[in-house]
Order: sequence, then C-alpha cells, then structure tokens
Amino acid sequence: MTIALTVNGTVHSVTLEDKNIPLLWVIRDMLDLKGTKFGCGKAACGACTIHVDGEAIRSCSYPAKFANDKTIVTIEGLGTSAKPHPVQQAWIDEIVPQCGYCQPGFMMATAALLNKVPTPTDEDIDKNIVNVCRCATYYRMRKAIHRAAKLMTPTNTNKS
Amino acid sequence: MYKILGIPLFLLIITFIIKREKPSVHTIVIKDTIIQKENDSIFNRLMDVVTHQRCMNCHPNDNIPKQGEEARQHILNISRGSNDKGFEATKCATCHQKENNSYSGVPGAPHWALAPLSMGWQNLSRRQIMERMLDPKLNGGKDHKALVKHMTEDPLVLWAWNPGVNINGEMREVPPLSEEEFKSVVLAWFENGAVIPPNQ
Repeated sequence: MTIALTVNGTVHSVTLEDKNIPLLWVIRDMLDLKGTKFGCGKAACGACTIHVDGEAIRSCSYPAKFANDKTIVTIEGLGTSAKPHPVQQAWIDEIVPQCGYCQPGFMMATAALLNKVPTPTDEDIDKNIVNVCRCATYYRMRKAIHRAAKLMTPTNTNKS
Repeated sequence: MYKILGIPLFLLIITFIIKREKPSVHTIVIKDTIIQKENDSIFNRLMDVVTHQRCMNCHPNDNIPKQGEEARQHILNISRGSNDKGFEATKCATCHQKENNSYSGVPGAPHWALAPLSMGWQNLSRRQIMERMLDPKLNGGKDHKALVKHMTEDPLVLWAWNPGVNINGEMREVPPLSEEEFKSVVLAWFENGAVIPPNQ
C-alpha cells in the first residue's frame, strides 16, 4: 500500500511492503530522518516520540499505514539551528543532555505537553513526561521544562 | 348398568382434566429448579468471561490500568486522567492505536480507554459486578438492549478474543469461552430476564 504523509512540512509518498511496519522505520530508514531514536521498541522508553497531528505518539508502536494524510513533526522539524523551538532553547540553556540519545523524544514529549498545559506544575510533568533517560538527566530536564514554559509565555514570545 | 359404569368414568375424566389444567406443586418445583439451574449455568459462563483479566484489567477500582495475566500495575504510572483516556499529553493513544501492534507488542483496539470508575469491578463478587453493570445510573444509561449490544458488538470488548502478542512476542491469553459462545450466553441470559442467581 502507498501512503501520503506530511513530515516537517514536506509531503512524502511512501510504499509500505509490510502493512504493520511502524512509522519509526519509515521516518528513520525510508525518509532518512535519524533524529528520532529507536530505544526499546516496545513503547516504553519514549525515545521515538514524535507528533502526529499535534499529539505525542510513540512511533515504534504506531503503524505507518495510520499516518496516511496525517501531519508529522519530528525533532528535525521542531525548530532550526538558527531559531530553535523554546523547548530546544531551554534544553541548551540548562545543558540537559549527557549522552543525548533519549533527548529528542523528551523534547517532543515536552513540546506536546506545553501545547496542552502551557505552565505545567511538577505534578503535570510527572504525569506526562514518562520517558526514560539512562543518564538520569531528569533534574535538569525538569528545570528545562519550566524554563521552556516561561520562554513560551506570550510576553517572551513577543520579545523574540 | 350404564349408571354404575358411568359414574367412575365421569370421575376419571374430571380428574384427568383437573390434572391437565393444574399441574402439581411437585411439577412446578422441578420445572423452576431446572430453569434456575440453567440460568445459574449461563450466568456463570458469562461471568467467567467478564472476570477474565482481558476484561478486568481495564475495569479497575483504583484508577490504574492493569497489565498481563497477573494484573500488575500499568508501567510508567499511567492512570485514568480526567476522561478515562490518560493525561493531557501522555494518553492511552500515545502508545495504543486502533489495532494490536505485532512489532512492539502493544495492544490496540478502537477507542482504547479505561472503563469509567463507576464500572470498576476489581475485588467485587460476581453479583456485585453484574448489579453495577445492570444499573443505568452506573453504566452510562444503558438498558438491557444497549448492554447486549455493548457486550456483543463493541470492538474494544471483542478485542478480548484478538488480544495479540505481548512484548515478548507471546500470544495473550483469551477468555475461557469462545467469542461466539460468549455472545450466545449473553443473549440467552438477557432473554431469560437477566436474573442474578441468589447464590452469587
């Protein structure tokens, strides 16, 4: 089957030989966007988190066939080097990553959270950001999430 | 002569008619017992499915979905949230899609969600579970017809017979009755008046 999906603003037509193939395989191996990571492959760690029509999903357990006509955003489309997304900027400011492997998934999950809950409490973060980081950068990530929330407030957004 | 023979014959006919029109108490008791035993059997077969982990795991009393045959707490502290579908940005649909995923072992079916808290069943007796299920104030306003439809047609209920593989690639256990057997006992029990056996 052939699907059409928009990834980071570009429309792609992709032929799926396996109707159950996860979207992560398409993104990494067919579209060559390597920012989204394969972690556990069981929707448990969150390294593969992307946005599908604005919702955070774990692409290792999302069949690519369901992405037909959907709008996908990966870490490459969240911001640019010249103009990082506030979440990416906060990650830089707080020097969050250690090895960095899981961080794209965390940033995508955080961006989705801030779209739903602009000023999250620690409890909101605990409930919604349940990705796994083996370097245990959770403390810095929490600070970065709060910083990103401030960067995304209308006052700061207007200044930038 | 005819008078002598006629009287016993008359009495015999009358007795036969009375017996036909009014069965003995003994006959009624036996018939009721058979009906009750049939109802008990149908009810218990129905509840064998309802109390199986494929159903119970998403009918918790503590807001936390359960996983596996041993009903362990859902990983990652996932909970009911405000709409039975998880939290604002991490919800059931973050991982669970419209169908099972054989790559990740994550189960899926349309409108994947927890049953409402009023339909929490864990640690209840079979009678208590069915009383909740039959109460329109607790079951979302469903009458018997709507309950039968839910139990025999809802794709999330029927997922129990197509639960896919777990994260180790092993098939999940299915309920003890086949899908068709379950549908037939549901129909039979409701057609019999949806009577919960007294000994439950």
